[in-house]
Amino acid sequence: MKEETKQKKRTSMREQQPRERARNFKEVPYGYTPDEAVQEASRCLNCKNPACRKGCPVEVDIPSFIQLVKEGKFIEAAWKAKEKNVLPAVCGRVCPQEIQCESLCILGKKGEPVAIGNLERFVADYEADHGEMKTPDIPKRTGRKVAIIGSGPGGLTCAADLIKSGHDVTLFEALHKPGGVLVYGIPEFRLPKSIVEREVEYIKKLGVKLVTNAVIGKLYSIDELMNEHGYDACFIATGAGLPVFMGIPGENLNGIYSANEFLTRANLMKAYLFPDYDTPIRKGRHVAVIGGGNVAMDSARVALRLGAEKVYLIYRRSEAEMPARKAEVHHAQEEGIEFLLLTNPLRYIDDGKGNVSAVECIRMELSEPDDSGRRRPVPINGSEFRLEIDVAIPAIGTRSNPVLLETMTDLTITKRGYILADEETGMTSKRGVFAGGDIVTGSATVILAMGAGRKAAHGINEYFKWKYWDTGTLSD
Amino acid sequence: MYKILNKEELSDAVVLFEIDAPEIAKKARAGNFIILKINEQGERIPLTIADFNREAGTITTVFQKIGKTTFQLGMLRQGDFLADVIGPLGKHSHIENFGTVICVGGGVGIAPVYPIARALKEAGNTVISIIGARTKNLIFWEEHMQNVSDELIITTDDGSYGRKAVVTVPLDELLREREGIKLVIAIGPAIMMKFVCITTEKYSIKTVVSLNSIMVDGTGMCGACRIEAGGRTQFACVDGPEFDGHEVDFDLLMARQRMYLDEEKNALEQYIKSAETLQ
Repeated sequence: MKEETKQKKRTSMREQQPRERARNFKEVPYGYTPDEAVQEASRCLNCKNPACRKGCPVEVDIPSFIQLVKEGKFIEAAWKAKEKNVLPAVCGRVCPQEIQCESLCILGKKGEPVAIGNLERFVADYEADHGEMKTPDIPKRTGRKVAIIGSGPGGLTCAADLIKSGHDVTLFEALHKPGGVLVYGIPEFRLPKSIVEREVEYIKKLGVKLVTNAVIGKLYSIDELMNEHGYDACFIATGAGLPVFMGIPGENLNGIYSANEFLTRANLMKAYLFPDYDTPIRKGRHVAVIGGGNVAMDSARVALRLGAEKVYLIYRRSEAEMPARKAEVHHAQEEGIEFLLLTNPLRYIDDGKGNVSAVECIRMELSEPDDSGRRRPVPINGSEFRLEIDVAIPAIGTRSNPVLLETMTDLTITKRGYILADEETGMTSKRGVFAGGDIVTGSATVILAMGAGRKAAHGINEYFKWKYWDTGTLSD
Repeated sequence: MYKILNKEELSDAVVLFEIDAPEIAKKARAGNFIILKINEQGERIPLTIADFNREAGTITTVFQKIGKTTFQLGMLRQGDFLADVIGPLGKHSHIENFGTVICVGGGVGIAPVYPIARALKEAGNTVISIIGARTKNLIFWEEHMQNVSDELIITTDDGSYGRKAVVTVPLDELLREREGIKLVIAIGPAIMMKFVCITTEKYSIKTVVSLNSIMVDGTGMCGACRIEAGGRTQFACVDGPEFDGHEVDFDLLMARQRMYLDEEKNALEQYIKSAETLQ
């Protein structure tokens, strides 16, 4: 008993030193060793009424898999996690556990909660390295066909659930590689692409068909998929998509990238390996990233790894209001990203040849809380100043991409331009069409998209059973 | 993988591919483009769909060898495969019976203007076409254009073929002398489209241009292709590629097209060097 209660602090994960890692694209943490994993798992009290599970949007049986780790049954532990989560290696790395499962862990009341994310990552990696990939038994085919639009976390989860229900599932991906934001958005050093490939491979092994280079709305419409290609239901999980710019002067100068573009060039197209890879990217000496979310942190850290001498992170509120995960903020600061808080860009300056040479900023102060509940930043008159930069990356969010929605005039869209869908089932205003993830909620997280994918899979199964379609309760 | 069924060298620098892509061919319309990627290491480049054959399941694209990727493309042979072809992208051309229209194609821009001229002709328009290039060797598809035009004017900068002039010279004459010209379509280098628009603006003739900005995904996700038209930032890939030429900031377009000039030069030099070593 003494053994199990003595360790208040969690087992930390070893990671690359900040100075070293800031110049390479290798993953930052090394992951647990088996001993470390057992040590950390042993901290779990195995509560009778485990609160952690309630914090997981995909309902992973957390206590059971941790128990298996404690017993050294790592591969069985991985299978246990995989019963509910098809992307454990991804989630172990990028889920905000601190506001989900770990926030409810009873140990967190007096000390540090069990490092559930670290353990999930460990078992998934262990299985990949040591075990053979085990696939669950797939029930008899139902003969029903489902088309899933978008192979990001929401689409992958929905696909896996539906194939396990016995349906024929096809994933349509607009880009040349599957994974959505997991491959174009999240950088290699936070989520190695080999891990995404491995998890996608698993989903293909389950029997899901994957069609890349398929821009739905252009190549096929949803109506064509359902009427001519014989799909009985569709799940739209295309993500939020279109980058937002601030609309300030000079924003179209060369050297100014949306975070989406900067990250896509670096991650999906591997521009950091130019000219071995053909996609170029401007490697700034002095880079300014605008925004305070995870995407801003990723962009800043990529810019640093491309060789920037100085990377500023410009955010109009203070650190307390930053939407990024604390761990990401911490990593960015450790690596030497310079935070310019309570600061807002006003305009970009041209070097005379169409390139950005500086950004003019203004200092801000916080006043009363706004609609989001965060204190509203207001400019301080006369506090303008200039920063010399050669690359700027606005990372201030996205809005919905019109390519697919334009072709669906019979689908109800919210005032903000997203698809109106039932939160519990994913049902939209159009019979047989479900939607979930960022295209419904606006920019959110990987795990929330996965949760939406799971709910939609459930909604689709219910629809197949009852053929019932009631969208009377849908409201914007 | 997408097979190159047919390859033609249209001129010293311009190459045509007919690509096996039945699903894209089914949906392609005049004005659409594709994104193409040669192999795993390749970049994604936008190319206009110059023709399509729904029955045969093929699309045709025409490109000029100017950078590393287009040189490498030019080395591919009939029967070779492209890793990725994505499309049809962008909004297609707006086609109706306007009356009399002028189609202007400059250099490699002759290729994308062809399906538009054809569609306009089929819609009942009187089509006057002007195609131009620096020199005779760079003129192609004269017969194609002849077949879909009521009148065809050819110009070369050096006078080696057709009229010794830039395309805006006969364009200006037509606009001055002919009555009832309702629309001008111009596709070619940004500088040509800019001067076409300056010319037509004098006569207040609506002018549609197709913008060839740098792209990555081609589906609205990245904003690399952003341009300014009508005082607003727009994305050439999803809001275009066609825009009202009188609203376009061509100087911005040209500046943005130069963004990777150094990188492109280095990549091309390195590629040519390695290709020579191989040989």
